[in-house]
Amino acid sequence: MLIYTLKRLLQAIPTLLIVITISFFLMRVAPGGPFDGERQLPPEIEANLMAAYHLDEPLPMQYLRYMGNLLQGDFGPSFKYKDFSVTELIMQGFPVSLEIGGLAILLALIVGLPLGIAAALKRNSTVDYMVMGTALTGIAVPNFVIAPIFALVFGVLLGWLPAGGWNGGALPNLVLPVVALSIQQIAYIARMMRASMIEVLGSHFIRTARAKGLNEGEVIWRHAIRPALLPVMSYLGPAIAGIITGSVVIEQIFGIPGIGRYFVQGALNRDYTLVMGTVVFYGVLIVLMNLIVDLLYSALDPQIRYDD
Amino acid sequence: MISKHHKMMSRYLLAALGGIALGAMAVPAQAFTVDIANGAEPGSLDPQKTSGVWETRITRALFERLVTYAADGSLVPGLAEHWEISDDGKQYTFHLRDAEWSDGEPITADDAVFALRRVLEPAIANQNANLYYPIVNARAINAGEKSPDTLGVEAVDAHTLRIRLTQPTAWFLQALAMTEASPLPEHVLANADDGWIKPGDTVSSGVFTLSQWQPQSRIVVTRNPHYYDADQVSVDEAVFYPIDDANAALNRFRTGEMDIAYSSVPSSRFAWARENLGDALRVGPLTAEYFYMFNLHDGQPLADRRVREALNLAVRRDVITDQILGQGQTPSFWYVPRNTANAPRGDLDFADMTMDERMARAKALMQEAGYGPDHPLRLRLNYNTLEDHKKIAVAVAAMWKPLGVEVELINSEAAVHYATIREGNFEVARYGMVATINDPFDFLNAYADSGSASRSSGYHDAEYDALVAKSTRELDPQKRRQLMTRAQQRLLDDYALLPLYDYVSVHLVSPAIQGWEINPMDVHPLRYLQESEQ
Repeated sequence: MLIYTLKRLLQAIPTLLIVITISFFLMRVAPGGPFDGERQLPPEIEANLMAAYHLDEPLPMQYLRYMGNLLQGDFGPSFKYKDFSVTELIMQGFPVSLEIGGLAILLALIVGLPLGIAAALKRNSTVDYMVMGTALTGIAVPNFVIAPIFALVFGVLLGWLPAGGWNGGALPNLVLPVVALSIQQIAYIARMMRASMIEVLGSHFIRTARAKGLNEGEVIWRHAIRPALLPVMSYLGPAIAGIITGSVVIEQIFGIPGIGRYFVQGALNRDYTLVMGTVVFYGVLIVLMNLIVDLLYSALDPQIRYDD
Repeated sequence: MISKHHKMMSRYLLAALGGIALGAMAVPAQAFTVDIANGAEPGSLDPQKTSGVWETRITRALFERLVTYAADGSLVPGLAEHWEISDDGKQYTFHLRDAEWSDGEPITADDAVFALRRVLEPAIANQNANLYYPIVNARAINAGEKSPDTLGVEAVDAHTLRIRLTQPTAWFLQALAMTEASPLPEHVLANADDGWIKPGDTVSSGVFTLSQWQPQSRIVVTRNPHYYDADQVSVDEAVFYPIDDANAALNRFRTGEMDIAYSSVPSSRFAWARENLGDALRVGPLTAEYFYMFNLHDGQPLADRRVREALNLAVRRDVITDQILGQGQTPSFWYVPRNTANAPRGDLDFADMTMDERMARAKALMQEAGYGPDHPLRLRLNYNTLEDHKKIAVAVAAMWKPLGVEVELINSEAAVHYATIREGNFEVARYGMVATINDPFDFLNAYADSGSASRSSGYHDAEYDALVAKSTRELDPQKRRQLMTRAQQRLLDDYALLPLYDYVSVHLVSPAIQGWEINPMDVHPLRYLQESEQ
């Protein structure tokens, strides 16, 4: 197990190198630069800006400089947010995104799994149709529709909760963004759990369990749920990485100081160092989450073993 | 938040005292906090590394200039109590008042010299550095050809600053009111140039000091007891929230959480806001112009003046301002926004013609230029992503249609759009120009020799250049306006661009706040804000 983990971590290094290299050059191929804005700059001032950020050097040279700094753990200064380094920005924003995203995933599991199981057990019943109908709506209605509606209804019209703001992570400020972020996840998880439950319930070992004379509750609790969780687990790996790195929509609408906006704004502003920083960070998270999921697999399914 | 604080306090007292007459209780003095929805997260709070209004709103509160803005946007003495300008307009002598940095050190003329040298250093890469080029040697310093200590700025003594210019410059005082010209604490920066802006440690000269900065969350500034006019300031604390979603800012203004919300009414919500928000909605003119830039380079279809005139004739500006935007924008037949100080007069020569006359003339011109039903003019029209830009582009394309013009609309994100313009790779492109100083200089200079618009559009006119250069040197306001009017008229008679409208600013200000005045420069110094009597 330990050797397997180490091996996987070592394999991640070339993967990340490729991701970094491709992102670096893709970013530079995109038309427009970090200083292209409504105010067109006089040539001498533009030259000063390019020199200040080493953008006047040949591209391969810039790449080497970037990789060199990266090896020393230095993501460089943000082009846009000049008083902060990229590392500072990520380190200040990530705990916030982690909190919102983690709570959203937790909520999604607490609500989504039982719904999915219930729908599978009462297949083709009213319960099933209601759960699946709601889930489909949840998937179909995007964040940028739900979030403003939440803010308007619960924040402005009813006045029950703050319409936005972080306020140091106070509970009332967390409710709306967490719920808005979890709705889609609840829907996905419920659907996935239902499908995989139905498949497991139809398999031979469940028939065997029933033939042994176990009662239905025991069959479901001891034999069906664990294997049915496997597809949900493999979905959760990348999903968690995606959610805890923030959502630009949720952050903008509720004024949450997470890192989700850096992915989009960094790219739109051509803030090269910030984009690279978030890409590297996200890449590492994905690798780690996938590894954790694979390790959890063996805990859930005794047939899966990582010996060598 | 004022009223909310009172409300909460009252509720608390009521609960605690079980309804004992409140009148007898002394309510403790409330701190006057102003919560501001400020648009975006600042890129920097170093006054020489800022470029947007959402940044300068904060840096102006932190750093005082020699000359500064009054509530109505006009210039008033700041750190300089008074000044003299030599008869030839080339020498400025400022007399600094006794003032202190927030750490108690005196603010001296050396700090002003230090700041002006620094703003021109190539490594600082200041985006408005060209406003200081009139100072002796400034341009060469900014190009890295001369050392910053050769700059024509000297501290005669601790309280006297002398600035020498290469030529008289009508708008130079305006440049000194910019946040980049704030004197800087040399005693702090000499030791730590990078990262000197940190909450609690930043030494400032303005009405406020920086007490908190949580990126993407909030920036808190607190009253600076060392400020020279501190006892005239009512605001104790201001909190800037970087809310970049206009609807979100509007919501939080409606709940009473925000006292001021800048640019927070999406155009789709404007009519609703006018109905429902009453006096809180503040709409005012802005020194900014929305226009279509034409590509006049050789070989381009718009190198033909007749086509440019026809395209101008066919566009009904009032339809765009009244029916598409509807926020009070002024239809524009000129280039320099009319609310700019000293704005030149004059307009496109067809401003008085009826629409029928204009269309007839436009069609005749197109025919003359060789276009017709069999040979339509195909044009690309570029705009950057925004719903209003799209609506306007669609409307303009429809207005050009009767001339037989077939328009291809090209939408791109801002960085791509402006790169396309910079590279001259367009035929017609949407452009918004905002004044950095309250003067026609920015606008006129853009189309003059080596100006940004001149380079992108390929517009060159030696006489225009000469008029603009002369108007900059002219110190008599009357004569200067005549020169600028002549310059603008040349540009308009050439139909070098297609002006559409003068912008307006749309903000929300709680009726509980007084001293916030609409002005074309859109500056609203916090030091003049007061609580309304309630």
